Amino acid sequence: MLRQLRLALQTGIVAEPAPRTSELERVGERLRTDILRRFGRSLHIRQVDAGSCNGCELEITGLTGPHWDLERFGLHFVASPRHADCLLVTGPVTRNMAEALRRTWDATPDPKFVIAVGDCGRDGGIFRDAYAVVGGVERVVPVDAVIPGCPPSPAALLAGLLDAIGRLG
Amino acid sequence: MARLGYALAAVLGLAAVGGGAAGMLGREWTLAVPWLVPLGGLELALDPLGGFFLALVGAAAVPASIYAIGAAGGAARGVGAYLVFVAAMCAVPLAANVMTFALAWELMSLASYFLVLHERERPESVQAAWAYAVMTHVGLACLLGGMLLLSAWTGSVRFADWRAGAPLLAAGARDLAFALLALGFAGKAGVIPLHIWLPLAHPAAPSHVSALMSGVMIKLGVYGLMRAGVDWLGGGPAWWGTALLLAGVVSAVVGVLYALVEHDLKRLLAFHSIENVGIILMGLGAGMLYRQAGLGGLALLGLVAALYHTANHAAFKGLLFLAAGAVVHATGTRDVERLGGLIKRMPWTAACFLVGAAAISALPPLNGFVSEWLTFVALLQNTQIAAPPLNLVFALGIAGLALTSGLAMACFVKAFGITFLALPRSDAAAGAREAGPAMRAGMALLVAACVALGLGPTVVLPRLAAVAAPLAGAGAPARPALGDWLTVQLSGDFASLSPLAIAAALTLGLAAPLVALRLAGASRRRRLYETWGCGRMLQTARMEYTATAFANPFKRVFDFFYRPAKRLDIEFHPESRLFVERIEYANPTRSIFEDWLYRPVLAGLHAAARSVRPIQSGSANLYLAYILVALIVLLVFA
Amino acid sequence: MIAGAALGLLQVFVVAAGAPLLVGVLRTLKARLVGRRGPSPWQPYADLRKLLGKDAVVSETTSWIFRVTPYVLTASMLVTALVIPVLVTRPPLGFAGNIVLLMYLFLLGTFFLALAGLDAGSAFGGMGSSREVAVAALAEPTVILAVFALALRAGTINLGGVVERVEAEPWLAVNPAHLLAFAAFFIVMLAETGRLPVDNPATHLELTMIHEAMVLEYSGRYLALVEWAAAMKLFLFLTLLANLFFPWGVTHLAEPVPVALGLLALAGKLAVLTTLLALVETSVAKLRLFRVPELLAGSFALAILSVMAVFLLR
Repeated sequence: MLRQLRLALQTGIVAEPAPRTSELERVGERLRTDILRRFGRSLHIRQVDAGSCNGCELEITGLTGPHWDLERFGLHFVASPRHADCLLVTGPVTRNMAEALRRTWDATPDPKFVIAVGDCGRDGGIFRDAYAVVGGVERVVPVDAVIPGCPPSPAALLAGLLDAIGRLG
Repeated sequence: MARLGYALAAVLGLAAVGGGAAGMLGREWTLAVPWLVPLGGLELALDPLGGFFLALVGAAAVPASIYAIGAAGGAARGVGAYLVFVAAMCAVPLAANVMTFALAWELMSLASYFLVLHERERPESVQAAWAYAVMTHVGLACLLGGMLLLSAWTGSVRFADWRAGAPLLAAGARDLAFALLALGFAGKAGVIPLHIWLPLAHPAAPSHVSALMSGVMIKLGVYGLMRAGVDWLGGGPAWWGTALLLAGVVSAVVGVLYALVEHDLKRLLAFHSIENVGIILMGLGAGMLYRQAGLGGLALLGLVAALYHTANHAAFKGLLFLAAGAVVHATGTRDVERLGGLIKRMPWTAACFLVGAAAISALPPLNGFVSEWLTFVALLQNTQIAAPPLNLVFALGIAGLALTSGLAMACFVKAFGITFLALPRSDAAAGAREAGPAMRAGMALLVAACVALGLGPTVVLPRLAAVAAPLAGAGAPARPALGDWLTVQLSGDFASLSPLAIAAALTLGLAAPLVALRLAGASRRRRLYETWGCGRMLQTARMEYTATAFANPFKRVFDFFYRPAKRLDIEFHPESRLFVERIEYANPTRSIFEDWLYRPVLAGLHAAARSVRPIQSGSANLYLAYILVALIVLLVFA
Repeated sequence: MIAGAALGLLQVFVVAAGAPLLVGVLRTLKARLVGRRGPSPWQPYADLRKLLGKDAVVSETTSWIFRVTPYVLTASMLVTALVIPVLVTRPPLGFAGNIVLLMYLFLLGTFFLALAGLDAGSAFGGMGSSREVAVAALAEPTVILAVFALALRAGTINLGGVVERVEAEPWLAVNPAHLLAFAAFFIVMLAETGRLPVDNPATHLELTMIHEAMVLEYSGRYLALVEWAAAMKLFLFLTLLANLFFPWGVTHLAEPVPVALGLLALAGKLAVLTTLLALVETSVAKLRLFRVPELLAGSFALAILSVMAVFLLR
């Protein structure tokens, strides 16, 4: 216990500086409207895996660690869509997950927005037009922004999220 | 006709309340009819303690009878027994000699026996009634033994003479008399381990009878303990109080532990009756210990706590039984695993049950909290007795009471939550209809009682103190300082309580966030949607948490007590073990008291009966020979 | 009368407004201890403000219990803030109750929250309720016994009386009985407020949740109230720990200067306790649910020892 505390104190803070640029692709005008400005200081994110290969999940998990530490910007992952402001959807949306994704969207209180993550989330990626996928998050729920990449790095994810809430740079 | 009978019982109850209140205010009244029955005749007397219990019986009988008008629906079965039951319960606290007492007591037991047999077509009812009859009569035997000994030693069958004569008896004699009387009365009160009839008998009776049995009949056992221990025998040595206090702790903790794993709604309530009698006994035991130590003020506090909890338990347990009865009436089942969602179908009943549940969980500002608080305050001042072993007993009582109230809260979250909330778990629950107006009126009266007793300790406490003051022994103040109209102030600065202020503050506290949200411009929109279930397609009652699952953490934590027997029965497909056709899982708990106390005793009885069986051959010649031998023996010794 | 009411409002304000900051500071400290920069200490205010602006999604399975619970929860915490000595030894509503009342006020909140957890019919909520009431029930005896140990010394269970007594005899604070009771109460605080190692307030996995599982269904303003009440509960428990066991600075004068000094002293003590809490939470792992009773049994043993120590040392 003491050794662990000593280690923690010796190591100090290892967080990387905040990213400056992002590759966020905005879809429509919703993200620029005033209503989303309210999330500038506090954004609670529910991650939805809609049939992803888990590549994106691995990178997303990296966000919560000491290096990228998304909580310093007031971003936070939550356990229930009821608590969420933003759905972070990965995967090409398999047919089995389409209904679940729709229900998650419905279960999230307004105002809310959706960010599709990864090339799969954008348009189905390499799975596009496959028989088992719906293809792209926007076919199921309205998407407000896309963070591209296969998978996007934690830096890109963080930059995209910050960009979405207008706190980049 | 039946309705008239119940109305008559309600009127009788009102009269009892009036008479009892007069007695509590100090009005003395006696009635003696010497020729009516042998051995001293019929003799009734009203004194403050008797008046309190008389008023309690009446106050519980009124709502129960009104409820019964609706619940019985004109069915005639049981009306006569019910009337006799109420009348006999009124007579018990008034009885002033052995014969009157025994008659009233036995009449009460017999009437309730027939009421337990109400559904005599059901084998469980018959079994419950049998266990009840046996335990009641074992208790009666103890009582009569104790009373006859006292009569012989003091030379009188009148209780008034015992009061004068008993304190002069030898210590051993008083100990023996107390032990016998206490066993008898504790059996009636359902004190562990003499409780086994209670969870069988109370659920079997109709709910208005269960309300009376749990609410007041077992309280007459408490009455007996108070009467015998403090009034007739005058306190006694420290072990009396210690025994009662420890019995109270054991009853409270064990009662609530059994209630936690019980999923039959009325049995669950019956186990809570055991728990609450335990809490009452803690107050009583503490009072007796303080009395023995010569601390009159604290003795008074302990006794008042016991009396207050007695009244409170009558109110909330009566309410809970009536509400549970309404549920059974509407759904036809007592199994909470088959209930659910009733708050939407029976909103009045649900609200009444919630008040009862909050009261029995001792949540402020309802009545259960006030009396548990009093009991705590009584127990916490034990340092004034300078005897470390006794202090340790008190500390045990304090910890036991705290554990009990926590577990009771958990149990009533289960009882209310599984019964009334979420989706119905069976068609019977889905089709339930709200109880009728008479039943609702009965429950509403008890809700009012719970609230009034919770908010009004400043009014109630002086009355109870007047009842208990003659019993508290030397040094008890006749008019103890109890604070003003707003605040109860006990033992100087030791503890104070103001339920009115708390209730007012809670009301303001409820309003404050409403106002704050409005001022902060919070969104007021609300959208209805399905329960979050990770996006699954549908929600059914089978996905809900069950009562068994809810109680499972407690089963795991206290497994040394429950000793659960796990049975897993898997039926595989005949072709392959990979395909399971049916899984049956059972995890029943076992009763320590049945396994380790009653079963050996019963086995011993059976063995003894078997060993004397050869003498009872049924042959007339042999019996003639016995008579001859007996005659010869008599002649020889004569 | 006016001064009393003003003082009461001030206490409520300090608790209500300070609670989110306490939680924020705790989160920041915990983040720093694991090498993260962490959120700003003011983050909970931003979270609450945002939640107030959101709509509420309510399960159609629920009843009025679900909607009333956040208000009951908040009300019980606000009343508690009026009863306990936060700034002054005898707050305006101090006469209304004592430590026994406090424990039952907390139980009132737990009772309703557990019912709300069952109300939606979700297995998560039921599981959370079941665990929460189990922990609350098992923590109860320790609380009362620890208080008993204090009351033994002080000759009163009125909170103001306990505080005044320890203030009058400062050396009581280093008495073994006192320290044992403090340790017992600290462990109970961890359990009652859902901190590590009993419950992980930051978990996202339903199966490991206790408190969080019950509130999974809440959203918008309801969630804001529930979170705010939880923060107030932590604030109140830490204040109890600070002011009952180390009551330096708590004044019995209802005058501006001593009250302001009391506020400063409280802030200092809470800072120390929050650091202690952050250190504990960073260096222990969450206990398996069925090991929690052992921890609580340990705290109960400490409380018993504390009571015995009072008897032995008197």
